[in-house]
Amino acid sequence: MSDIGHTLATIVGENYVSDKKEEAYFYARDPGLMPDHKPDYVVLPKTAGEIQKIVKLANKEKIAIVPMGAGLGLTGLVIPLKGGIVIDMKRMNKIIEVNETARYAIVEGGASQGFLKAYLEKNYPRLRHSLPDAPPAATIAANVMIHGQGRLAQQYGFNSDMVSGLEVVLPSGEIGHIGSSSMSSDWFSKGAPLPDLSGLFLGWFGATGIITKLALRLYPKKKMRDVDIFITDNENLVPDMVFEITHTEMAEDVLIFTQPLPMMFKDNHHVSYYITGDTDEEIEFKRKMIWKALERFIKSKDGGFMSVPPLMKPTLLEMPQRSAARLADVKKGGGFEYSGPIIMVEKYPECSRKLVELSDKYDLAYSGMVRIIGRGHSMMFGFAFTFNRADPDMMERTRKALKEVSDYVLEIGGVFWKPTVNEQRMALERMDPNTRNLMKMIKNNLDPNGIMNPGNWEVN
Amino acid sequence: MYELKFNNNLCKTCPTVDCLVKCQYIDLDKDRAKEEILKISEGKDSFVLHDCVTCYGCEEYCKRGNHPFYLITEMRQKKGILTAPRAITKQWINIGEPQGKFKTGDIKKKVLSFGFMPEFLQLVQGRLFDDVMPSYIYGQEFFCNVVYIHFANTAIIKERLPVVLDNFRKLDVEEVVCMHDECYGAFASLAPAYGMEVPFRPIHYFEYLYNRLKELSNEIRPLNIKVAYQRPCSSRLSSDKHHFVADIMQLIGAELVDRKYQNENALCCGDMFGMLSGYDLRHDVQTRNIDDMVDSDAEYCFFNCPACQNTLSEKVAKKGIKPVHIIDLCRMAIGEKPEVEV
Ligand SMILES: Cc1cc2nc3c(=O)[nH]c(=O)nc-3n(C[C@H](O)[C@H](O)[C@H](O)COP(=O)(O)OP(=O)(O)OC[C@H]3O[C@@H](n4cnc5c(N)ncnc54)[C@H](O)[C@@H]3O)c2cc1C
Repeated sequence: MSDIGHTLATIVGENYVSDKKEEAYFYARDPGLMPDHKPDYVVLPKTAGEIQKIVKLANKEKIAIVPMGAGLGLTGLVIPLKGGIVIDMKRMNKIIEVNETARYAIVEGGASQGFLKAYLEKNYPRLRHSLPDAPPAATIAANVMIHGQGRLAQQYGFNSDMVSGLEVVLPSGEIGHIGSSSMSSDWFSKGAPLPDLSGLFLGWFGATGIITKLALRLYPKKKMRDVDIFITDNENLVPDMVFEITHTEMAEDVLIFTQPLPMMFKDNHHVSYYITGDTDEEIEFKRKMIWKALERFIKSKDGGFMSVPPLMKPTLLEMPQRSAARLADVKKGGGFEYSGPIIMVEKYPECSRKLVELSDKYDLAYSGMVRIIGRGHSMMFGFAFTFNRADPDMMERTRKALKEVSDYVLEIGGVFWKPTVNEQRMALERMDPNTRNLMKMIKNNLDPNGIMNPGNWEVN
Repeated sequence: MYELKFNNNLCKTCPTVDCLVKCQYIDLDKDRAKEEILKISEGKDSFVLHDCVTCYGCEEYCKRGNHPFYLITEMRQKKGILTAPRAITKQWINIGEPQGKFKTGDIKKKVLSFGFMPEFLQLVQGRLFDDVMPSYIYGQEFFCNVVYIHFANTAIIKERLPVVLDNFRKLDVEEVVCMHDECYGAFASLAPAYGMEVPFRPIHYFEYLYNRLKELSNEIRPLNIKVAYQRPCSSRLSSDKHHFVADIMQLIGAELVDRKYQNENALCCGDMFGMLSGYDLRHDVQTRNIDDMVDSDAEYCFFNCPACQNTLSEKVAKKGIKPVHIIDLCRMAIGEKPEVEV
C-alpha cells in the first residue's frame, strides 16, 4: 500500500481501508446507468474525528473524497469520478438520541433508514420518520443530502425539510454545527431563528461537507393505516384530484402511478393515498372526507375508487414498498433507472404523455411513479424504465430516453432531483447567473482545493 | 350477433311488476313500475336506466323468466349510459382479457370451474372435493365475463363468452361445477337468454356441496352455531339454487339466523356500489347489513362469493362476527381445518 494508504490505515485501522481490486470494482459503480470509475482507496471510518483526519489528509495530498451511504441513489453520485478516497459511512450507524416529546432523533451520518425504523418500532412505537421507499440500507444522511422524499412528504415536505440539526465535517477538516445545536444541546431546529446555514450542505451531494450527525424530525405514528386508490383514464384531471385530496388534509402519503402492466393497471392513472388513525372511527372519518371530496369525479364518470384486492394491500402498505425493486426485474436482468424531476403537479398530464411517447419511441417498459410533496406544492415525477443489464442495446435506449427526459424537464419548468453530473451541468447552465455565482462563492470558499466529491456541482 | 330473448308481452301482462316494485334501491309503486319497465322494453329512456345500482335483484324478483336486468343492461349499453366511471370499467375489462396464463388440473369429464377467482385455488381443498379434484380450470380463458353486466357492457360478454364456451368445448368436459354464481349464471341463465349453446351441463357448487355432504353425512358433526348468510348479487342469476343454502346449513347443524336482509331482501356487500357511486350508498348498505347481522345474534357470517368476503370480512370481524366461506364452514363440519383462519 502507498503512503496515503498507510496513513489511512493509521486513522481508521487496517481492516477498514482497502485499495484492493475487488473493492475498487465494487465502489466504482452504482446500480444505475452511469459509467464506472475506480477509487484509489475505500475507507470505513468509525468516528467524526477519523473523518476529520481523512479530510485533512486529502487536502494535504489534494486528492478527492467521496462520501457514500448505501450507494443506492442510482444517478452515479457516489461514483468517484476523479478517483481518490471513497468514505463509506456504514460503520457510523448509531442512533444517538431520541427525544420523544420534541419528536426528533439524532443519528450518525451512516445510520440507515431501516435501522431507524426498526429502532423506533421497538422503542418508540408512537413515533415514525418519513421513510423513503428506497431499500432499507439507504442512509438517512445521504437521503437528506439529495433532498429525498418519504412516506410523509405530502404532509411535511422533503425529508431535508425535516432535518433539525447537522454536524458536518467541513472541507477544511473542521467540525461545524448547524442550527440550534450550534449553541445548545437541543437539536430542535436546523436554522430558525438563526440564519439557516443548512443550505450550505443539503443538496450539495457531499461537495461542501460530510454529515457526521444529524437530527431528524419524527412524527406521530398512528395505530392503523389503510390505503385507497382512485383511478381515472383522463390524465388531465389528475392535478384536480390531487388538489381535492390534499385540500381535505386527511391523507398521509399521496402517490400516483401509471403503467401498462399488469393488465389491471393498463390505460389508467392511479392516485393512491394513505390514511392513518388510532381508531376505526378516525380512519373512517378521513376516508369519508376524501371520498366526498372526489365525488364530483365519480358523478361525471371521470374517476372512481377501485376495489383494492386483499392480496394487493400488504404490498401497498409495506414500508418501504418493494414494488419499485420488483419493477426493476420486469425485463429480467435487474436494470432500473428513473429520472425523477421535481415539478408542479399541474404538469402531470404532459409528463405522463411524454413517458408513454418515450417508451414507444425507445421500445422500453415503463412506469410513471409520482410522489406529492407538500399539499400539492410540487411532485416528484419518476420517469422509470426497466432494462436488462445483459442487453447493451436496451441499456443504450434507456440512456437515450432518460436524456430526452432531462431536456424535456427543463423545457417544462422542472428541476432535476438527484441529477447525474450531466444534468447538474445542464442545470448550472440554465440557472440565473447570479445564483450560479453565489454557488461558486460558496463552493470555492468552503472547498478551495476542490477535493469534495469532485465532478458534482462543478461550478468552476 | 347474439340478441337477448326478451318478451315485452310478459311485462305488459305482468300482474305484480315485482322486478321494480321489489327493488330495494329504487322506490316505485306498481303503476309507475309498469310504466318504467315498458318504457325500457320499448327502447325509451327511463330514470331506472340511470339509477339502477346493479344489484341484479330483479332477475330473481321476475317470476316470469323475462330477464329484466339483462334488458336494463342492454338498453344502458345502447344508450351509452355508464354505470361506473370509465376507468373502473376499463380496468375490469382489462383484468378479464385472456393472457394465456390459465391453469388446468387433471381434466376429467367433470371439472370444477374456478373462473378467474384465485381464492378458489386455496379454498377448494379436502375431502369435499376429492372425488373431482384435481380436475379444475382457472384463468381468464374460462372466465364467464358476466361481471360486465355491472358495467352495462353486454357487448364484451357477447364477444368473450362464446370464446370461453369454445375453450370448454375443447376440453371435452361433460359437467362443469361452477364455484361462483356468476359462472353458473353465465351458463345456466345468460348464455341461454342470448341463444348461446352451452356444450356441457353446468352444476351449481351448492348442489355439489349438498350432495357431497350427504355422501359424507356420517362424518358430519353439527356445528351448533348461529350463522348469517351474505348473499351475493350474482346469486340472483340462479335463485332456483338459493334453497341449497338453507339445506346445507341444516345438514351441517348451523342455525341460519332470521334476519331482515335475507333471501329476496338480501343486501349487497357494497363493493360495487363504492366503485359505481361512491361513499354514501356503500356505507349505508354495509352499515344496515352488518347491524342486522349483529342484531340477529349471528356468530358467523358466511360467504358464497369471495369478492363479498374480501369486502366484508374485516368489517364483520370488527363487530365480533367471524367471517368464513361456505366451503370452509362445510369443511369444519366434517372435522377439517379451514384454509382461511376463522
Ligand atoms: C428501489 C428504489 C426506490 C427508491 N425510492 C426512493 C424514495 O421513495 N425516496 C427517495 O428519496 N429516494 C428513493 N430512492 C433513491 C435513493 O436510494 C434514496 O434517496 C437513498 O436514500 C439514497 O441513500 P444512499 O445511502 O443510498 O445514498 P448514496 O447513493 O450513498 O449517496 C447519495 C449522495 O449523498 C452523498 N452522501 C452520502 N452520505 C453522505 C454524508 N454522510 N455526508 C455528505 N454526503 C453524503 C453521496 O456522496 C451522494 O452524493 C430509491 C432508490 C431505489 C433503488
